Amino acid sequence: MQLTTLAEAVSFTSPSGVLSSFWLLIAIPLVSAAILLLLGRRADRWGHLLGVASVGAAFVLGLVYFISLSGLDNKELSLNLFRFMPVGDLKVDVGLLYDPLSAMFVLLITGVGFLIHVYAVGYMEHDPGRRRFFGYFNLFVAAMLLLVLGNNYVMLYVGWEGVGLASYLLISFWYLRPSAATAGKKAFIMNRVGDAGFVIGIFLLFATLGTVQYDEVFNNISKLSAGTVTAVGLLLLIGACGKSGQFPLQAWLPDAMEGPTPVSALIHAATMVTAGVYLVARSHPIFDASETAKTVVVCIGALTLLIGCVIGCAKDDIKRVLAWSTVSQIGYMFLAVGLGGAAYALGLIHLLAHGFFKAGLFLGAGSVMHGMNDQTDIRRFGGLRRYMPITWATTGLGYLALIGIPPLSGFFSKEPIIVSAYHHEGWLGWVLGTAALLGSGLTAFYMTRLFVLTFHGPKRWTDDVKHPHESPKIMTIPLVLLAVGSVAAGGLLATSVPDWLTPVFGEQVEHGENWLVTGLTILVTLGGVGLAWVLFSKGTAPQEAPAGPVVTAARNNLYADAFNEAVFEMPGKYLTRALVYLDNRGIDGLVNGLAAAVGGGSGRLRRAQTGFVRSYALSILGGALLVVAAMLAVTLG
Amino acid sequence: MTGYLGSYATLGLLLLAGALVFVAAFGANRVLRPSRPADTPGKWENYECGLDPVGGDWAQVQVRYYVYAYLYVLFAVESVFIFPWAVVFDRPGFGTAAVVEMGIFVGLLALGLLYAWRKRVLRWS
Amino acid sequence: MSPVLALVPLAEESVPAETFQLPQIDYAALAPMLILFGVACVGILVEAAFRRFPRARIQLPLALLGALAALVVVIMTAGKRTITAGGAITIDGPALFLQGSILVLGIVALLLIGERTLERGGAFVAQAAVTANTEADRSQAATSEGASEVFPLSMFALGGMMLFSTANDLLTMFVALEVFSLPLYLLCALARRRRLLSQEAALKYFLLGSFASAFFLFGVAMIYGFAGRVDFSGIDQAVVGSAASPLLLYIGLALLVIGLLFKAAAVPFHVWTPDVYQGAPTPITALMAACTKVAAFGGLLRVLYVAFGRSQWDFQPVIGTVAVLTMIVGAVLAVTQTDIKRLLAYSSIANAGYLLIGVVALNKEGLSSSLFYLVAYGFTVLAAFGVVTLVRDADGEATHLSRWAGLGRRSPLLAGVFTFILLAFAGIPLTSGFTAKFGVFAAGVEGGQTWLVIAGVVSSAILAFPYLRVVVLMWLSEPSESTPAVSIPGALTSAALMIGTVATLVLGVVPTVLLPIATRAAEFIR
Repeated sequence: MQLTTLAEAVSFTSPSGVLSSFWLLIAIPLVSAAILLLLGRRADRWGHLLGVASVGAAFVLGLVYFISLSGLDNKELSLNLFRFMPVGDLKVDVGLLYDPLSAMFVLLITGVGFLIHVYAVGYMEHDPGRRRFFGYFNLFVAAMLLLVLGNNYVMLYVGWEGVGLASYLLISFWYLRPSAATAGKKAFIMNRVGDAGFVIGIFLLFATLGTVQYDEVFNNISKLSAGTVTAVGLLLLIGACGKSGQFPLQAWLPDAMEGPTPVSALIHAATMVTAGVYLVARSHPIFDASETAKTVVVCIGALTLLIGCVIGCAKDDIKRVLAWSTVSQIGYMFLAVGLGGAAYALGLIHLLAHGFFKAGLFLGAGSVMHGMNDQTDIRRFGGLRRYMPITWATTGLGYLALIGIPPLSGFFSKEPIIVSAYHHEGWLGWVLGTAALLGSGLTAFYMTRLFVLTFHGPKRWTDDVKHPHESPKIMTIPLVLLAVGSVAAGGLLATSVPDWLTPVFGEQVEHGENWLVTGLTILVTLGGVGLAWVLFSKGTAPQEAPAGPVVTAARNNLYADAFNEAVFEMPGKYLTRALVYLDNRGIDGLVNGLAAAVGGGSGRLRRAQTGFVRSYALSILGGALLVVAAMLAVTLG
Repeated sequence: MTGYLGSYATLGLLLLAGALVFVAAFGANRVLRPSRPADTPGKWENYECGLDPVGGDWAQVQVRYYVYAYLYVLFAVESVFIFPWAVVFDRPGFGTAAVVEMGIFVGLLALGLLYAWRKRVLRWS
Repeated sequence: MSPVLALVPLAEESVPAETFQLPQIDYAALAPMLILFGVACVGILVEAAFRRFPRARIQLPLALLGALAALVVVIMTAGKRTITAGGAITIDGPALFLQGSILVLGIVALLLIGERTLERGGAFVAQAAVTANTEADRSQAATSEGASEVFPLSMFALGGMMLFSTANDLLTMFVALEVFSLPLYLLCALARRRRLLSQEAALKYFLLGSFASAFFLFGVAMIYGFAGRVDFSGIDQAVVGSAASPLLLYIGLALLVIGLLFKAAAVPFHVWTPDVYQGAPTPITALMAACTKVAAFGGLLRVLYVAFGRSQWDFQPVIGTVAVLTMIVGAVLAVTQTDIKRLLAYSSIANAGYLLIGVVALNKEGLSSSLFYLVAYGFTVLAAFGVVTLVRDADGEATHLSRWAGLGRRSPLLAGVFTFILLAFAGIPLTSGFTAKFGVFAAGVEGGQTWLVIAGVVSSAILAFPYLRVVVLMWLSEPSESTPAVSIPGALTSAALMIGTVATLVLGVVPTVLLPIATRAAEFIR
């Protein structure tokens, strides 16, 4: 392992020229969100257009800034807008940082975000809450941009909570559906668990280093004891796991699919859920300084990618399969950033590539649902290729990209991660590599199952579906663009991103190629595809079939919910009950007593307020006498 | 009784002594007095002599003179200030400025009078 | 005013007539006050010259323009530091800051006062002298155009407040006290509805206010006996150098402070506050809660910092005790209130206690944080009373708390705004209430008054309860039959509400827009 970045001091410069206005990136969608949400129904007719336009404008700006940045020598620009609150030693600036890493995220968020916004115009056309939807959507984009553009952990946290809020609002967008409301709540609560860890991590940083600014933290990290660094790393990791749906906080992400499909595509596939990866990558000096923390990251990544694959194989809901696939792919990214060194760039390449093809897949799924009366059960699809050729083609490209068929983007982004995993020292490298390899086979299996059951084989439609139809142009054009991205991005990213990110992560030693692993990966993938084709090309039973213990376990999300319930909820309940008992008897007695005393005192004192001027005058006179007497006593006594 | 807050002890002692005297006086009263409650007619009347009170205690009276009283005060204040002014205004160093200032002052009072006149409070009706 | 000011030196020392000089007057420094008093006089001319109908149309723009012009002048003279008008007026950092605050808050209050769409003819009665609860009273409540004298009266009050916070001697201060008190007494009696309550409030305020003025005047006499002077720098020198009995000083100081604490509504001189706040027309209550508080604390700060700063060891414990009493009694009494205006009155009493921490701290931080607190609190309380004017039924404002149940369901926007304001009162972060309280508490600790800060935190905790009770009532109760409809605010009330709410938010999120100004202003000159 090369820890080359440790020694270099991080120093940010101030932006000049065009780049000094990069705060506009956040301001534009934020203002648009404010307009949409505050104007109310008055904006119903044109609200969605404003929403799309603001993200489009942010994308164009993002491109301009990106080009300007690429011409600069020092690519890390920090802009302090104003001092948020100087409290004692804690000085938190509202400040932004525009460096190659943020620039990349800005392009992903605004670019993919723009396409999904356009798509949503068509998808939400008949929904009466479309303006509200775009308001929340813009809010999300603004918060996500703040998350990646902040120059300190508090700004990151503000954005972090902002995207959490937007995600909560959008998951329960159809709040009249109990399942949507519950899913929103579940996402919110599980995220809170992660956020608590994150916040404590920030506190710990401040308590030990006295600052939360990235540059100051990273330059001083070597002054901390190893234990502290590990603790900070693990606490940040808890936050990252919550946001990115990693083990053991993965259960909320599939439920989050209750939201409208554009939400699933943008927030729960392309951008927000990758915030955890961003956090780990951004905090790389902390993780580089603690081998333990990094090991935990890779283990969580490997474990989660397997969990995601296994459950993905057993799900029948098209969006949930994709959701578990997201969980699994983010596992790959965690694995990569946990490996560190050159693999940081690999993780981020996979993140970008995944942003394109997963968004495309979700939008494709949305398109299928659009044509099939909002059904989501893949056992009830089949033979849709003839009815939705564009959706078929674009989803197919996304699917091939995801499973990593060369030369599509997934191959260029995922295969190097597997190679790097094998390069990890000791037996752990073998375990990680094998897990990643196995995962790619499973991914090929369940994605093929999904694709074949949806578009090929016999029709197994329910009776109310008569004429499936292709979606309107406003939905298919983004699909096509995303598909182009999935195809083209891979090679481009794999060659250019590592160089681009050098200012952030420092020079890295490449591992070089390992043709054996590459060949093995392709082989395993093709095996998965073949097996699924054989099993499912003839269709499947429309109803639930009896299954072995593995499938049943997978169908039940590997009992993660039951596990959470048993391990966290039940003791929690008992603890709560015990505490409630204690509370009722002991603390409440005290508190109620105090409250009663205050209330009683208030009632007594109130009687002094008689309403008679004479009593008031007497009270003033009495007070005056006391004040005079006290003054005299103090000075003459 | 030393120290910064020590002087408060004096205040505390004073208050304590006051309270003690109060308690002692009422206690002595209670111990020494004969306890023969009587309920003679008239004991609970407001006054034990003179007329019995009649009617409620809330009555509204129209005061007509108050406006005149106000206006009187207005001019009384005016003359209070004009007298000392009249003594000094022709001395060197005063002159025009002093006259103008007094003009403003009288003008302001005249404004009040104008207002009263327009509001028809100078008429007895 | 100027002749009166010019003659103050006569009372100050028995100067022989030959040496009596015409004082130099810096008209530019006095311009804001002169503008306000001038506009008020023009307002009276308008009253005398025009018929009833166009008057109200003229008075509001006139008053607003006057206040705006005065504000512009204050801002233009921001760097000025001078003592003028024969030593009667000081224009220094705190003076300019307080003048600016009074004007800004006064403008917002004028917007509330000028609102005429909520009720036919505005919130004020036409003829205050008509006997209450008679046929004539009922008919004028229903139809008549409200008295437009409220605008000149408000202008006189605002001008008096500005004079009060710039006065450099005790006599000018007393004159200013009366100049701003008398119009307020009258304004309290002008509510269109609930005439008896309104008249009672005015009479109480007048009687008790005169009582407190008498204390103040008596204190001035004592101080004059001690120092032989009434100007602040003279008193400051006399505190260490006078040969007179210090008894005079201490009695005088105590009486003086009592007069000021009465206006600031500190316990035990607060008794008038709930009754007057409840009885007065709500826009006037807002004016009193925001602007009078600024003026009262401005005067208190100046007297204690400039004139008596050197005897701080003598009065700090006493005023500290008053502060503790004010915070605790205000908070405890707020708990059992059932009327929203009384609840806000007790909350304003408790806030006076928090402000007293900044006063007692007697350091630069104490001064700057008190200045900040006054502005922050003023905006919030204006918005709060602005909301109160909107919740109404056929009988006028529905101020009983039970009527507010379920308001969140009926009009979520308004209830949301009010919730935000209550959270600001409770001192939740990201509202100005938090930053302001944090400032005075920090200054208190700095000034060695930690015991006050502890009392402050305890009373904040108690005070959060009544606020949250209102929040719970609005959002979690079902609306009942008697929950009134919320009136659509007119442009003026909307503007006032928006300014108040936005200021509360901005001062909470970005306190740095005002803090540096307050810090720069926080230096008295002698």
